[in-house]
Amino acid sequence: MSSSPSVSQTRPRRVALFVTCLVDLFRPSVGFAAIKLLEDAGCAVEVPPLQVCCGQPAYNSGDRATTRAIAAQVIDAFEGFEAVVAPSGSCGGMLAHHYPGLFDDDPAMKARAEDLARRSHELVSFLVDVLGVNSVAARFDGAVTYHDSCSGLRELGVKQQPRRLLSSVKGLELKEMATPEVCCGFGGTFCVKYPEISNAMVGEKSADIARSGADTLLAGDLGCLMNMAGKLQRQGSPVRVRHVAEVLADMAGLAAVGEPETKR
Amino acid sequence: MQSTAHDFKHNVGEALADANLQDSLAKLKVGFSERRRQAAERLPEFEALRDAARDIKNHALANLDFYLEEFERKVVALGGHVHWAPTAADARRIIADLCRSVGAKTVAKSKSMVSEEIALNEHLEALGIAPIETDLGEYIIQLRHEPPSHIIAPAVHLTKDQVADTFLEHHKALGFSKRLTERNDLVAEARHVLREKFLKADVGLTGANFLVAETGSSMLVTNEGNADLSNTMPRMHIVLASIEKVIPTLEDAAVLLRVLARSATGQESSSYTTLNTGPKRRDDLDGPSQYHVVILDNGRSSVLGTKMQDMLRCIRCGACMNHCPVYGAIGGHAYGWVYPGPIGAVLTPQLIGVEEAGNLPNASTFCGRCESVCPVRIPLPGLMRHWREREFEHHLTPRTVRQGLAIWGYAARRPRLYRRLTGFANRLLALFGRATGRYRALPLAGAWTRFRDFPAPPSGGTFHAQWARHGGARTRP
Amino acid sequence: MSENARSQILNGIRRALHRGELSGASRQAAEARLARPPAGPAVARARLPQAEQVTLFCQWAEANNATVGRVAAADVAGEVAAYLARNNLPAEAAMAPSPQLDTYNWAGQPMLSLRRGAARGSDQVSITGAFAGIAETGTLVMASGPDHPVTLNLLPDTHVVVLREADIVGGYEEVWARLRQRYGKDCMPRTVNTITGPSRTGDIEQTIELGAHGPRRMHIVIVRE
Repeated sequence: MSSSPSVSQTRPRRVALFVTCLVDLFRPSVGFAAIKLLEDAGCAVEVPPLQVCCGQPAYNSGDRATTRAIAAQVIDAFEGFEAVVAPSGSCGGMLAHHYPGLFDDDPAMKARAEDLARRSHELVSFLVDVLGVNSVAARFDGAVTYHDSCSGLRELGVKQQPRRLLSSVKGLELKEMATPEVCCGFGGTFCVKYPEISNAMVGEKSADIARSGADTLLAGDLGCLMNMAGKLQRQGSPVRVRHVAEVLADMAGLAAVGEPETKR
Repeated sequence: MQSTAHDFKHNVGEALADANLQDSLAKLKVGFSERRRQAAERLPEFEALRDAARDIKNHALANLDFYLEEFERKVVALGGHVHWAPTAADARRIIADLCRSVGAKTVAKSKSMVSEEIALNEHLEALGIAPIETDLGEYIIQLRHEPPSHIIAPAVHLTKDQVADTFLEHHKALGFSKRLTERNDLVAEARHVLREKFLKADVGLTGANFLVAETGSSMLVTNEGNADLSNTMPRMHIVLASIEKVIPTLEDAAVLLRVLARSATGQESSSYTTLNTGPKRRDDLDGPSQYHVVILDNGRSSVLGTKMQDMLRCIRCGACMNHCPVYGAIGGHAYGWVYPGPIGAVLTPQLIGVEEAGNLPNASTFCGRCESVCPVRIPLPGLMRHWREREFEHHLTPRTVRQGLAIWGYAARRPRLYRRLTGFANRLLALFGRATGRYRALPLAGAWTRFRDFPAPPSGGTFHAQWARHGGARTRP
Repeated sequence: MSENARSQILNGIRRALHRGELSGASRQAAEARLARPPAGPAVARARLPQAEQVTLFCQWAEANNATVGRVAAADVAGEVAAYLARNNLPAEAAMAPSPQLDTYNWAGQPMLSLRRGAARGSDQVSITGAFAGIAETGTLVMASGPDHPVTLNLLPDTHVVVLREADIVGGYEEVWARLRQRYGKDCMPRTVNTITGPSRTGDIEQTIELGAHGPRRMHIVIVRE
């Protein structure tokens, strides 16, 4: 992959932010952190207004028709941008891997879906693998453990990139948990359709986090983070939960996931 | 085997409350996956072999009729017999007739998931023929009247103490009255008890990992040697195998064997990998005088040529369930039928119907770990999604889910409406959650808040509202 | 009736694959595959020079709980007798009636009582040869026949195998080639056992215990010639 941004690029790369429905509704700071990171790396970021969701809830429930309709909307909204970047491995994976297969019977749409797929990325892997970012100007005093969200890891190869950037954050110590690659039990609608199984899985994850000795949990997907934060807080754990983009963008002063805003 | 898959949620509750099971699963989760990882690391060619294994199975499936006919030709030429069983009932009938033809009183059985699928044991017992499971794990669960909970380690759900109790209860009549505490003593006692039965059995019935068309051989992979004793001592050897087990050549078998044991248990090779070709030859000093292969379809041929065909590549290694966090939480019995774990979630609806088994492909987060370790690269999450699509098309998805999806889908296709609705929800959730930052209880979200708090959004509005307020300029909240 | 069942399955397969019986180029390709089986990806570990192959075989065999002794042909019978003695095993065995085994100096071990033939339930020790040894995995290959009853591989508690160095090959592929050469692919032996170490099970708490149903102990005598 490229080792540094192209010096000859005279205008900033035109990048569209795919906000994701969870970030929009539950934690907008993740979107702002993503924009800051992209701008610091030399991109001009726009936020297409007609975006809502990547369509996973419908897709994973077997409702192909609704998924196609939403995908068509996304394809339209993100036409013309050099890159489409999401602070989420699962949404990034949906666009990059699953959209083309939705249009096997429609060659024109399939071609557009494939074009979008080629331009779609998860945030941290975009920064490191495409833009060649090696370090960030951020400070975070504390011990952090990182959970590898499943789609990002297995569909998009997001593993080393967040760790690389976190290692450049001043004051931050990374303490790996024993099984960072095991699913946290969120799985979209799974966590409410099979709550007991989901609870067993997030309980294991919570124990693993506790054993790591870290005081902060990071990951790249807000669904996973809300699931794990909710469990940790129900258990009375002192571990605080943030999106990795917020720490990398030096925005860790905000209230953590599930904390009241007055707490610092 | 009678299915309880429709009762999945009830099964899950029981499994999560079963302390012995949870202890056993804790060991399984760490053991198998670590050993597989090490075995894969030791072999530089492992990934290339996985690709080759997938390609061999795909080729075999595309030419399945041809290779089945070739296999049959070779078996018959060497004095064996091939029987074709379109349904489970056909297979049961054929096997029962074969046993009766030699006046069999006992059948020594060696690991066959297909025999569970067709509920063979009950059928034979009803006819006064005693099936004896010889695989140690199968033997243990046969004593306990339980089904297997894993496709290669059928008693993996049990602790050593549970096994000791079972042996004490059932071996007392045979003169073993001491409750054992050591594993090797338990194994030794089982060996002693089963040895007698091997020597006396009239018929040996085994499954097959592969049927090799080139030579007309059945191939079976075990660690105990029970399959080999089962097919050498008795007068008749019956092989029960499903159609997709057939592969073209011995070279193909070598590729598949290289990925099978490593994926299953992390061994370079199982202790016994055996090729059986026909009955004993004239000059042989031992071996069965009759060799019969029963080839079962039972709903598999209709999967060929469809998007679901990939499930027929399965070589029954068990890696998927060893790595599945859902299996690791609930164990194999919760799946309610013969095949558990990710492959069970995909195969069971095909064999017994999606109305009965619909829960199985739904109880997955699509984490993808199964697919990442499958030696023949079956796209398991994708296949589970296909079942969900099938259910949705046939209106088998619960009504509340369909309705919720319909409402959400309606809004999601209308961004401006969606913004208004989410803006409202966001303000409400932010307002009432401001004090603590989270909800211990939330209307409509009971399934979530039963076990977890629900994080409240911070004040300030949705991302899109904030972005619009700042006119799209670069900003920090 | 059986013909109907056969047609039902085969036609079901063909219908699903949207074709009739396999024909034309596809059929030729499948026939060619059977006639000249292509090998899969080459495994480097299975392609070492002979001397290293033998060493690798010993390493894997021992890793799988077999013991190994390497001797000259003249010392085979002595090595077997010594093995039994140092493991407190009776000096008697069921032995495969193999012309190859008969070439060793059993007469020089008069205390060793040998019965040639298939195994009985009461036999504690068996002695057999081996068709081949596979270095890649430390695996023995046994081909059934009048010179090698299968029960000798399975029934007794202790299995002693006499394997010639020259019969140690790199990987499965060479074993298949040798089997085809010796027997022809149309008449393979009734049973080819490939055996890697003594019998074992992990069925109780996933911990390996040896001696599940087959032999608990395996000793491989490798003969330098």
